[in-house]
Amino acid sequence: MRGADAGLRERPAARALLLVLAFAFLALFLAAPLAIVFVEALRPGLGAYLAHLAEPDARAAMRLTLTVAAICVPINVIVGLAGAWAIARFRFRGRNLLVTLVDLPFSVSPVIAGLVYVLLFGAQGYFGPWLKAQGIDVIFALPGIVLATLFVTFPFVARELIPHMETIGSSEEEAALLLGASPWRMFFAIVLPNVKWSLLYGVLLCNARAMGEFGAVAVVSGRIRGETTTMPLHVEILYNEYMGAASFATASLLALLALVTLAAKAGVEWRFAKSIAAQAPAGSE
Amino acid sequence: MSKTGSESVRVRKAFHVVWREPSVLPGFGLSFAILTSALLALVLIPLAALILKAGGAGAGEILAIATSPRTLAALRLSFGAAALAALVNAVFGLIVAWALVRYDFPGRRLVDAAIDLPFALPTAVAGIALTALWAPNGWFGARAAEWFGAKIAYTPLGVAVALVFVGLPFVVRSIQPVLADGARDVEEAAALLGASRTRTVFRVILPNVAPALITGVALAFARAVGEYGSVIFIAGNVPMVSEIAPLLIVIKLEQFDYAGAAVVGALMLAISFLALLAINAFQAASRRRFGYV
Repeated sequence: MRGADAGLRERPAARALLLVLAFAFLALFLAAPLAIVFVEALRPGLGAYLAHLAEPDARAAMRLTLTVAAICVPINVIVGLAGAWAIARFRFRGRNLLVTLVDLPFSVSPVIAGLVYVLLFGAQGYFGPWLKAQGIDVIFALPGIVLATLFVTFPFVARELIPHMETIGSSEEEAALLLGASPWRMFFAIVLPNVKWSLLYGVLLCNARAMGEFGAVAVVSGRIRGETTTMPLHVEILYNEYMGAASFATASLLALLALVTLAAKAGVEWRFAKSIAAQAPAGSE
Repeated sequence: MSKTGSESVRVRKAFHVVWREPSVLPGFGLSFAILTSALLALVLIPLAALILKAGGAGAGEILAIATSPRTLAALRLSFGAAALAALVNAVFGLIVAWALVRYDFPGRRLVDAAIDLPFALPTAVAGIALTALWAPNGWFGARAAEWFGAKIAYTPLGVAVALVFVGLPFVVRSIQPVLADGARDVEEAAALLGASRTRTVFRVILPNVAPALITGVALAFARAVGEYGSVIFIAGNVPMVSEIAPLLIVIKLEQFDYAGAAVVGALMLAISFLALLAINAFQAASRRRFGYV
């Protein structure tokens, strides 16, 4: 008994060493960066902190960030649902290629995500002169920021939905159709409720990225104060002007968003595990 | 006449079967159209514009930009720091995943959820936080200077520190499932046959985890090469020394050197595309060999 046990566990000293190393590493690289954001933000006191957040430029940045997310998340939900339906429910030529292409933006540098739109719509871009003649601003304006954000958030919703839809299978949907439901009724009464947890999961991640994106947005924004600076860009501008406390104040809001996202994610994962267990066809596990 | 008619039906059916397996479910046309048009408009056509612009620069200029000392230094830094960070994450990611999967300690689920922080924390926030920590007067920067005489922030080491932060969840999340249920039975067999724990760990567990570890490290590396926001604050951005490749693109754009920016961008795209192909090939190979990744 003792012999087998010794062979299956590390000695207490080794175990303690591993735990200490793991905790030290996480403290250095996860806990400290998170903590310092709030420490630096609150260093000049709560009053100054709130004053930094109430500045017109800070408020304009918050409004712009919320606007961008409010446009990008619904588009991603529609495209993600459509994409997951096409990929998870049908077998067709080029399906694997399509799966790879959906994930492609993850392996492209965010700076390149911004660059491609400057090349298309910038002053010297392919469509730049034509857009200028029409009086439409894309680069250094809201449309460019939205496009760059859509590029980097493209995979989030679809990639969460595809595996979940495949796990659930299509028997309930087929039953609904056989019982005479219209395709849209089947979609709203069967598909959407079945995938709601993975959809919510994808929306959470997509929203966090849309609000926090920096590289892609930095390239297309032009950083016009109060007009085209999102919250991450506002953080950068203040930081480069040596306004550390003000910069960390806005950064602390983004850090809070990250914490809320992580908490909600953990909650969804927990519910999701339960619903997967309930949805799994009988007999499989 | 009827013969050619049935012929065309047969041809159409054959085409149908070849292109898409029949299904009773509705909505293929609509959902496929939404997906492909969004993909084309948002991702593929813009990327094609990048390739077109880079190609339009002409072979001589492409070569001149690609082999200029500044471009080479930036690429060397981006890939070198990414490799160093990947190595650190391979070691500590394994230790962290091990602690999370195999040990029980108070707050384990909280720590597990916190692993995803680098995914959720906006890169600019991570950038200024890491800079504040590792700057010469920061919590860790002061200690590093005092104890080792080392300067971290505003040097290539600072770039590597930021990339360790960015890559950590890729490595931990890749290993965790394999450590959790990989080969518990083989482990028990090794122990019952009299292998010491050290021997079991190095001869049974680690070889079993290796494919997942390599996948995670490759993902972290691919992400690190293109990373921008969390790096530029801590890097110092000295040309030839601590200037990363994505920053070079931004600088060229600010000088309205669209062609130059496009060439560097296409170069990075080509390299990360090759990395992606290598990861996929490796995953396919290890799936064939081990039955999982």
